[in-house]
Amino acid sequence: MMNLDAMHVRAVVRKELRDYRRKRSIVVTMAVLPLLFLLQPVLSIFLATPGTSGVALQSSLILPILYLLLIPTIMPSTLAAYTVVGEREQGTLEPLLTTPLRQQEFLLGKAASVMIPTLALSYTVFGLFLVAVRLGANSAVASAVFDDSPVILALFLLSPLMAGWGIGVGMAMSVRAAEVRVAQQLGMLASLPPVGVIVLLAVGVVSPSFSVALEFAAGLLVIDALLLRSVSGMFDRERLVTGAKAV
Amino acid sequence: MAQNSSSETHSAVTAAATMSLSRHGAWSGTSANGRAWQVLLDGIVACSIANNETVELQVEAGRHAVQVTSMRFLRSPKESIDLADGQVIRLSCRPRPSHPFIVQRSIIFLVASLFNHGLWISLTPDDPVDKDLEADDNGYGPRTEPETASRSPESAEAITSVREIVSAPTLDGKTGPAALAVQHLSKRFGQRTAFSEVSFEVAYGEVFGFLGPNGAGKTTTVRTLGTLIAPTSGSATVAGIPLSPENEVEIRQRIAVMPEAPGLYLRLTVTENLEYFAGLYGLHNPGPRIEKALEAVNLANRAKDLCGGLSKGLRQRVGLARTLLSDPAVMFLDEPTSGLDPVAAREVHDLVIGLRQRGVTIFLTTHRLDEAEKLCDRVAIMNTTLRTVGTPAGLREQLFKKALVVTTAEPVIGAEQLFTSIKSVENWREEGPGSYVLTVSQPRAAAPEVVRGLVKAGADVLSIGEAQHSLEDVYLELIAEDVEGHKR
Repeated sequence: MMNLDAMHVRAVVRKELRDYRRKRSIVVTMAVLPLLFLLQPVLSIFLATPGTSGVALQSSLILPILYLLLIPTIMPSTLAAYTVVGEREQGTLEPLLTTPLRQQEFLLGKAASVMIPTLALSYTVFGLFLVAVRLGANSAVASAVFDDSPVILALFLLSPLMAGWGIGVGMAMSVRAAEVRVAQQLGMLASLPPVGVIVLLAVGVVSPSFSVALEFAAGLLVIDALLLRSVSGMFDRERLVTGAKAV
Repeated sequence: MAQNSSSETHSAVTAAATMSLSRHGAWSGTSANGRAWQVLLDGIVACSIANNETVELQVEAGRHAVQVTSMRFLRSPKESIDLADGQVIRLSCRPRPSHPFIVQRSIIFLVASLFNHGLWISLTPDDPVDKDLEADDNGYGPRTEPETASRSPESAEAITSVREIVSAPTLDGKTGPAALAVQHLSKRFGQRTAFSEVSFEVAYGEVFGFLGPNGAGKTTTVRTLGTLIAPTSGSATVAGIPLSPENEVEIRQRIAVMPEAPGLYLRLTVTENLEYFAGLYGLHNPGPRIEKALEAVNLANRAKDLCGGLSKGLRQRVGLARTLLSDPAVMFLDEPTSGLDPVAAREVHDLVIGLRQRGVTIFLTTHRLDEAEKLCDRVAIMNTTLRTVGTPAGLREQLFKKALVVTTAEPVIGAEQLFTSIKSVENWREEGPGSYVLTVSQPRAAAPEVVRGLVKAGADVLSIGEAQHSLEDVYLELIAEDVEGHKR
């Protein structure tokens, strides 16, 4: 097994978080985007009619809640798409690769530095959502949301996995793309499969249930692991430095 | 029982003292030989050591801090040892027996992670040694104190002499251990050849200039030796370690590369940039080291400035400070004065001169021939293939015949007859009215004879002197040959 130096990974994470804080566009995007995603579920909850039966009400609320999962999917893919090709474009990749930093440490540090703010924001938004429901929604609707704890649980458990997916796709694009803009556009593709799942749920092809969520989580875990592994495999030091493929 | 590892034991080094370290045992539950442990000499990874292996480190006399680590958290106490000239010291390291209440390795690991000190490996000298030296707060021992860290070639050798040692020619004609030894190295990108069959050696403490026109393969050579790209063929030893994919990390621990563009994070401050790289070089308490590096490049008062607000010259200096952080055995500077104004370029020159005085090995690529002439002990001229290697003076001598340049008030009447009659003049040509270049084997001996002949012929001699050829002449001569060769 590869020896990874935690100090190297920490150094990458610390530097990335510092860099994010200093970049206004990232801070604004991170602040505004999740709030936009919060609006639709909150409105759905507030506009839900409490007159329907409990089961029907719960079913109608699942979709807006799952909509929140787009936050940990879309947000990291844009950040992750910048990680490698961004370093390359600003000329910092070459000096970085001449240090004892291993590529696995580099990629792990980059992934962690995207995962940390993503989860922090996602969970904050989930918390805000739950607070809004508790304080502002009709009591019957609020009970329906809180009684359906598996959905809330799924929301919290699936977030890291969805973020892992977004990070994996974003980094894969970042490793392969020649420029940041292309990587970020392609990285947005990460949101398509989760949107597809939500559409399947919306049109009733898949019935939302706890077991479906578990199966989905297990599948996503495997995909995330394979994705991050393949990103490491795609990392071609020579091509990234010279633009030419190793022969 | 300890066995000497043939690949790790060497004798062709003229070091002052020898440190022989044997490892006995592995953690239970690992494979037969266990994980390789890292041997840290003065805070820098000197080599790895497998179970039942003995490694010999050639070190300079003086105090050295030795430590053995496994999986980073499992480590020995730091042994500080005073070595006299010619002394051989033997040390043994082994896992300490597990405490009775600790059964699982995972628990050992967790506990060790929490306490992070040297409980887990014993490191004991087989001979009595002076142990009164304590390591500094950095955990890097006395070698890292910059005011005392003057790196002689031998001190550079101290951390690199394990592994294969090859010899490099030094300026005084002797041979010494090679900081860089390159043999028949080539790199192709598809059908395009970046450089081909390049061979040279650089001794420790040498400033080696690498000259060549655009596209000559200089930067690709630096990238290859800096482990950024793999060579297509040939071999090299960098800082005493053979260049190969499995040694890349170890090589990168002992070198520093400053690319043409310093590559700084513009939204971070100078200190934050250096802190990042200090972390990547594994420096645990980088503050003092960063301060010293910034002082060395006269940037201490700009430490808190954002790099994005610095001029190009100042950014270049930050890049140089970054290369100083890890106290590298070999430093690669790729066109460090490219795009700098004369004042900033001179500051970089002064820094390189300062590093040379400290004995740091520097591999300097440059377009600027005056820079190479000023800074480099030896230069190589490259144009895809290596055209020549030598001292600037040696190259001038090698490429240009010695000559006298004579100026007279009026053109000499009967110059042909006069110059061919002077025995020491091998050849001559007229450069202009009253200006002559005479090819001679010994200018100092020939000059009086030439003057006498000219005076006898009635010429008024205005000046006579030895023809001076600059490195630029050498460079242009060699590169012009290539251009003519391509035309043909």
